[in-house]
Amino acid sequence: MPILTYRDALNDALREEMERDPDVFLMGEEVAEYDGAYKVSRGLLEEFGDKRIVDTPITELGFTGIGVGAAMAGLRPVIEFMTFNFALLAIDQIVNSAAKISYMSGGQFRIPIVFRGPSGAALQLGSQHSQAFDSWYANVPGLKVVAPATPADAKGLLKSSIRDNNPVVFLEGEMLYNTKGEVPDGDHLVPIGRADIKREGSDVTIVCYAKTLAPALKAADTLASDSGISAEVIDLRTIRPLDTEALVASVRKTNRCVIVEEGWPFSGIGAQLVDTIQREAFDHLDAPLLRVTGADVPMPYNKKLERAAKPTPQKVIEAVKQVTYST
Amino acid sequence: MTQVHVDVGLDPARTDFYRRLLRQMLLIRRFEEKAGEAYAMGQIGGFCHLYVGQEAVAVGAMAALRDDDYITSSYREHGHALARGMPARVVMAELFGKATGCSKGKGGSMHLFDAGRNFFGGHGIVGGQIPIAAGAAFAVKYRGGDQVSLCFFGEAAVNIGSFHETLNMASLWTLPVIFLVENNRYGMGTALERASAIDDIGVRASSYGMTSEVVDGMDVLATYEATMRAIARGRRDKAPTLLDVNTYRFVGHSMSDASHGTYRTLEEVEENKKNDPIGKFCSQLLDGEILDHEEVENLDTEVIGEVEDAVAFAESSPDPDPENLFADVYHD
Ligand SMILES: Cc1ncc(C[n+]2csc(CCOP(=O)(O)OP(=O)(O)O)c2C)c(N)n1
Ligand SMILES: [Mg+2]
Repeated sequence: MPILTYRDALNDALREEMERDPDVFLMGEEVAEYDGAYKVSRGLLEEFGDKRIVDTPITELGFTGIGVGAAMAGLRPVIEFMTFNFALLAIDQIVNSAAKISYMSGGQFRIPIVFRGPSGAALQLGSQHSQAFDSWYANVPGLKVVAPATPADAKGLLKSSIRDNNPVVFLEGEMLYNTKGEVPDGDHLVPIGRADIKREGSDVTIVCYAKTLAPALKAADTLASDSGISAEVIDLRTIRPLDTEALVASVRKTNRCVIVEEGWPFSGIGAQLVDTIQREAFDHLDAPLLRVTGADVPMPYNKKLERAAKPTPQKVIEAVKQVTYST
Repeated sequence: MTQVHVDVGLDPARTDFYRRLLRQMLLIRRFEEKAGEAYAMGQIGGFCHLYVGQEAVAVGAMAALRDDDYITSSYREHGHALARGMPARVVMAELFGKATGCSKGKGGSMHLFDAGRNFFGGHGIVGGQIPIAAGAAFAVKYRGGDQVSLCFFGEAAVNIGSFHETLNMASLWTLPVIFLVENNRYGMGTALERASAIDDIGVRASSYGMTSEVVDGMDVLATYEATMRAIARGRRDKAPTLLDVNTYRFVGHSMSDASHGTYRTLEEVEENKKNDPIGKFCSQLLDGEILDHEEVENLDTEVIGEVEDAVAFAESSPDPDPENLFADVYHD
């Protein structure tokens, strides 16, 4: 299997889907002549031309709405946000239009559109450029929310998202783009709504997705070698619809659970998972569920403060030790 | 910006066309009157914005469209839906929240949709439909078609960001969109000049290099002609146009407020009612001996019957099955 970066895996997914379906186009700021702010769309302008790789003015609300209208008229837009921080300006069109038009029209219209771009913090970008919006979008019926952690999942899920007949919010990460991994050749599809066990274990379940897979795996390695704790790492891959079955099965097996997410704690994804798990696996729990989240503050600029605000392997290890009563 | 005055004159050869326009305006008027009554009786709930006084805009503009063109509108869209040919039954049933409504009772007065007629909806967020309309036009251009996308919105929407972002892109990318501003002079209780630093809406189009025209929206034929010119620009040159269509609503902003108050006087409303688009067009047709009194009466009787039938249909239709609460959120 070829080794690709997460960035190139996304690029392949876009290219393959655009070759496969002439209705697919990419629109956003700097996607064409600049090759993408993070180079995800490198080379696509040359290959597909400016009809299908469309540079926009800095008008998040406007081009998002244009995407929704184009989808209503039968096209399959991929809307790139330079980062999801800027999608706040477009959230009216994402929530009030894309997510609701099918329902409000009694199912007459479907909105096959992908909103994609990096979400969450990179390094020292400060408060306004470092926010995870996972729980904002996951709160909305009518949207699907996908957040792949590996190059293979990035490719397979982006392809599935483009083929999906619903609006999909596709959360990437600046810190993920350069990560490498094996990516199956050919038409590699990963279904939306299916979690993946990235490491099997028996003592505790660590739930993660996107950027938190790395600290979760690292913590699991350390726990195994230093403390003899066998952690199962389950990567949600899709946040909505949630793979409740896989999640609950894992917790029923390990009887303990730590949830790792990048976003803020209050009303975060982890809060939703705790609700699901306590209901579906109450009798199987041997310890309270714990969450490792971003700190409940706007992201600070200073390197040390920023690190203190992010989920780290160490924080995951501490949480696992608590739920396994091995402190 | 330019006030184009075209004296259309009445052509007896187009009697059927005129009759259709008059009939549609009457239908909308009678429909809205009935909707108002049904609202007062609690048969229609929520926000309900009537179109009384503005009928010539929807009817004149829509008459210029082809079946394969696209339409988007605001929450004040009953008239647009009817003028597009959506049956009064399914529109009324939607207002009543019934399963037989165009949106299966899930949309309501503000969210009428008809995919088969390219009617892209009633939108409840001021300005929300503007980029969506440009998106439909983008799809037309993408596919090399020659349809146009007609977008209705109120004059209060010219201050919102989506209006400016969309006008810029529509002009930059030469999209076949017609931005039709239904300038009824008020956004709820705020007069245009109290909200806009520049109240000549055409200036805003100019600032994006876009052609615009001021239109007498109380004149159905003038509205039709202006829309035809805009459509020609759209089909031929793929160029957008802004139409500043002057009109007036004879009723309150929504069912929950009176026709007048602090923001506008009863006298002003009464004065504008003298310019009733339906009365005016009727007189034109009678004076020009295109139709006689009896024909006009018959048309009115016909549409009253159609509206009564729509109400009866809505009343006797079932509520949506509770089992369908979760249907239509996602597609396979
Ligand atoms: C973004 C937004 N802000 C406020 C409202 C509440 N609101 C509904 S209609 C309206 C006035 C709009 O006036 P105009 O655009 O002129 O249309 P008209 O009602 O006159 O047809 C307002 C403020 C809204 N629906 N959306
Ligand atoms: Mg108005």
